[in-house]
Amino acid sequence: MTTRLATGGRLLDRGRSVSFTFNGKRLSGVEGDTLASALLANGQMLMGRSFKYHRPRGVVASGAEEPNALMNLGSGGRFEPNQRATTQELFDGLEAASQNHWPSLEFDIGAVNSHVSRFLPAGFYYKTFMAPRPAWKHVFEPFIRQSAGLGRAPKERDADVYEHAYLHVDVLVVGGGVAGLTAARAGGLSGASVLLVEQTGHWGGRAPVDGAEIDGQGAEDWIASAVTELEAMPNVRLQTRTMGAGVYDHGYALVYERLTDHLSDKTGPRHRLWKIRARHIVTATGAIERPLSFAANDLPGVMLASAVRDYVVNYGVSPGDRTVVVTNNDDAYRTALALKEAGLEVPAILDARLEATGALPEAARAAGIRVLTGRGIAKVKGRRAVEGVAICAQAGEGAVLEEIKCDAVAMSGGWSPVVHLWSHCGGKLNWDDAGAFFRPDPSRAPTGADGTAFVTVAGTANGHLLTAEAIADAHEAGKAAAKAAGHTATRKAAPKATSEVEAPMAPVWMMPQGAGAALRQKMWLDYQNDVKVSDVQLAAREGFESVEHTKRYTTLGMATDQGKLSNINGLAILAGSLNAAIPQVGTTTFRPPYTPISMGAIAGEARGELFQPLRRTPLHDWHEANGAVWEPVGAWRRPYTYRKPGEATEDAVAREITATRASLGLLDASTLGKILVKGPDAGRFLDMLYTNMMSSLAIGKCRYGLMCSENGFLMDDGVVARLSDDAFLCHTTTGGADRIHAHMEEWLQTEWWDWKVYTANLTEQYAQIAVVGPNARKVLDKLGGMDVSKETLPFMAWADGALAGHAVRVFRISFSGELSFEVAVKANEGRALWDKLLDAGAEFGATPYGTEGLHVLRAEKGFIMIGDETDGTVIPQDLGLGWAISKKKDDYIGKRAQERSHMTDPARWKLVGLETVDGTVLPDGAYAVGDGVNENGQRVTQGRVTSTYYSPTLARGIAMGLVLDGPDRMGEVIDFASLDGTGTVVKTKIVDPVFFDKAGEKQNV
Amino acid sequence: MSDAVSVLLGARVDGPVTVEDAGLCGMIVLRGDLSSPAFKAACTEILGAGVPEALGSTVAGDRAVLWMSTDEVLVLAPFAEASALTASLAEALEGTHHLVADVSDARAVLRLTGGALRETLARLTPADVAPASFPPGMVRRTRLAQSAAAIRMVSDNEAEVYCFRSVARYVMDILANAAQGRPLGLF
Repeated sequence: MTTRLATGGRLLDRGRSVSFTFNGKRLSGVEGDTLASALLANGQMLMGRSFKYHRPRGVVASGAEEPNALMNLGSGGRFEPNQRATTQELFDGLEAASQNHWPSLEFDIGAVNSHVSRFLPAGFYYKTFMAPRPAWKHVFEPFIRQSAGLGRAPKERDADVYEHAYLHVDVLVVGGGVAGLTAARAGGLSGASVLLVEQTGHWGGRAPVDGAEIDGQGAEDWIASAVTELEAMPNVRLQTRTMGAGVYDHGYALVYERLTDHLSDKTGPRHRLWKIRARHIVTATGAIERPLSFAANDLPGVMLASAVRDYVVNYGVSPGDRTVVVTNNDDAYRTALALKEAGLEVPAILDARLEATGALPEAARAAGIRVLTGRGIAKVKGRRAVEGVAICAQAGEGAVLEEIKCDAVAMSGGWSPVVHLWSHCGGKLNWDDAGAFFRPDPSRAPTGADGTAFVTVAGTANGHLLTAEAIADAHEAGKAAAKAAGHTATRKAAPKATSEVEAPMAPVWMMPQGAGAALRQKMWLDYQNDVKVSDVQLAAREGFESVEHTKRYTTLGMATDQGKLSNINGLAILAGSLNAAIPQVGTTTFRPPYTPISMGAIAGEARGELFQPLRRTPLHDWHEANGAVWEPVGAWRRPYTYRKPGEATEDAVAREITATRASLGLLDASTLGKILVKGPDAGRFLDMLYTNMMSSLAIGKCRYGLMCSENGFLMDDGVVARLSDDAFLCHTTTGGADRIHAHMEEWLQTEWWDWKVYTANLTEQYAQIAVVGPNARKVLDKLGGMDVSKETLPFMAWADGALAGHAVRVFRISFSGELSFEVAVKANEGRALWDKLLDAGAEFGATPYGTEGLHVLRAEKGFIMIGDETDGTVIPQDLGLGWAISKKKDDYIGKRAQERSHMTDPARWKLVGLETVDGTVLPDGAYAVGDGVNENGQRVTQGRVTSTYYSPTLARGIAMGLVLDGPDRMGEVIDFASLDGTGTVVKTKIVDPVFFDKAGEKQNV
Repeated sequence: MSDAVSVLLGARVDGPVTVEDAGLCGMIVLRGDLSSPAFKAACTEILGAGVPEALGSTVAGDRAVLWMSTDEVLVLAPFAEASALTASLAEALEGTHHLVADVSDARAVLRLTGGALRETLARLTPADVAPASFPPGMVRRTRLAQSAAAIRMVSDNEAEVYCFRSVARYVMDILANAAQGRPLGLF
């Protein structure tokens, strides 16, 4: 049973009690506790259930690497699943609940999975995919759904706020242990601006627990003075509770600060995501202890040796009265000594090595601890908690030599440097035989644009497990980083540390090394995902030789801890199974973030009203106040229609169309792209961009043009107006404005950089109002100021002038088939002109219409719409737009592509009009079906609907579509499949796409 | 034109950093060969302000020239003068390859005032806004959260933000939101 010790706990303020709940039960801890240490102090070793077998699990680590003690934290708007109890600092009112069990943590029905574990081997999920389909649907999927998943998904809106911040520094140092402090000090002394971040709330990392002497001081004193020295440097910034999450190209790093997770008072931003641009990055990220693989190593009470001494020294928590230490290295002896010093029993230290004669083992012996060399654990005894260990010879197959009663096991399989941040951006690793770990290869560092390294690794993270070496290394790293950032390295000496000499460790990947199948099935590698030694061996036998494949097949390292404990052990087992050396097997890829970061931090301020920029036209407020039903078009909001009180949306659309055809409609066309193209080569440039000829356009005239991609596909259309000899105004679609401007600039900057052409995107300079309908001219005449008669301003001409005192440019163009003027006015005057048009148009029943009305009006006239009739696979020739493709030009973008065989294939579907025989509206996207089935067993198709509407003008459904040999089949009735799942068809006649005013008389008055 | 109104209608949010609509402002895009005598002459003679260095700006009374790119500057002037200035610049550059366009209505100008304005900006722009990297007079074309924007440091206590008018409210809102943030202790 775990409990609080009477004394000790260097991080605790024992005078201050903290109250919290666990599974609804009120418990108390002490200021300075983590949730994990407080639970242990309350005798709560059982903290969760594993993912697959629902096995009871206790805490195994004391930091970010913890795989087992995952909790649901908080409630309501502050509920969050899968939080590590080991990194959650305790605060008054904290609510925690264990997860992945039913009905309770102590008794979990799902634990039955454990008994059927031999039916859930590695690759279980993949194997179920290959089973007969009904088995997946009725057997496997329900089973997996029931048993899978850790925490619950939050249901309420997040009650907290989050923010981003950007910072540029010379040197970012990640990790505030003694190495990080030393590197930051060296960088700061060299004059570099330094940001030092530490993921926990405390400086100094493991040194105060492990013991070290630096510059003649104890670790704790040295850390305090180093922090004081750094705080006094104006060029150094220090942040605790801030994790280096990821390292990216060009010295970019994501740094995750947790501001209120440790507080009862949650006001202010909860997390802040720092986006750091550093000239150089130092990773002083330390190392993580590895578990040992022995049978039943997942029982609650089996912990990392380093964690055991953290709980004793930092939190004054006893892991149990009797703790057996099992190790392959000298470092774990520190745990035995710490336990002994705390007055607890260490019945034995089992050392897998054949001899242990270093200073630490000798100290243990001197303290009266029994040290057994060449020994290991055959099996941990106990059902739901450790009750004892069975001891065996490490060299053997697990024959039990002796059993020792104990409540806890402290294990150490050696240490692995935390190489994640080094590796994120391509830093390479070497295998270190002596330490049995991967360490960064400084000659293969992540490199920047100039080919030089932009990351330096320091201290333990660089494979220097002894304090003296780590400090010396970190000092050099800090100097190198400052130098790389353009500063002169300090000449001040490095801090000097002394370390105990440690004897070499011996790699132990399985305990005992000759364990049989029964034991291997109980040796856990990945605690969270329940991956055992036997699973990795099975994967190897089934042919999964690549480490990346094995990872996915077994789910090793795929849990929320991303294999921080299991990675190297799993690799070693795989290598052993493949008879390959570990470096030949290699590692899986390390990807950011280092530990999970909140979705809120990623979103920052982008939520609610600030979720994304919403583009508003100069008339937006009027639309909003007049019943607009919004339609998103790109980032714009355009009125789909304007509903009068009590009016249905479709009735509003019909009313707007009818009013426009009969008298006068007004449309906010401000969102249309307007790109000024100017220069001596402007005409030549537009001839290349558009399929038709633009250089021949007369000043004062407009021409409709098509733009294609290099692959020949139609990508935008619009009216081009020639402003002067060397200037054109190109109108694009609403969604195309930015894209087409970028397209123009790309060609000008990368291909035709010697052409004299400038462009400017003037889209937002103008409010553009389409004045449409038989009375359009009358209302403009009423406003007065310019002659818009047929003679002065004929169809497809434009003129500058004034209307009601506003300087305007009027384009006589029509997208509705009606007499139509598009009036461009300066955006800041847009609202004023709109109001005047409404006023003057009142006598004509001036009716603002929305995008749906616009669509129906254009469809009645057979005009195509980019995005409806085109979808990135359609060429102008498919749409009967051959007339807009110049035969005279040598070239235009897309020309060559349109000559390819597939593009000239007569079997390409072509645009036609479609009329249902019964007058109903065809379903959008419906396919025309033919006879028989294709080679995939699907019904043969011969066309599809691209636009379909109810036409109030014609009082029937109208549609356009692409149909096989369509233009040659006028009058033919074909079948369109309904989309309602009934398998019925809609009889539809192929007709001319121009449904209304075929002669074009209405627009030409 | 008396009917002209700025897109933000004079909006203002007070705080340690005040964010406000800077009102109607004349803005002219001018593209051409920045090093050519004709271009330099047009700037100095018509605007009274010379061609700025890269990332810089020049100021003459109520006019300013802001460097935008290697072949583009943005001219600032009183709103009422923009049309006439556009015409004069076009006339002066006649015969050289250039582009001049009045964009006074296409954009909105916001003003930030207050000692903490650099921190407000540091929450929104990836550009380095530290005093040493972004001194008064400097101009950065960058983004603020999800919108394109240009920023000019007018003085240590004042900056101007130029953005497209369609997103002016968004930019106003994110600036006001960032201005209310707790101090970061950065600059």
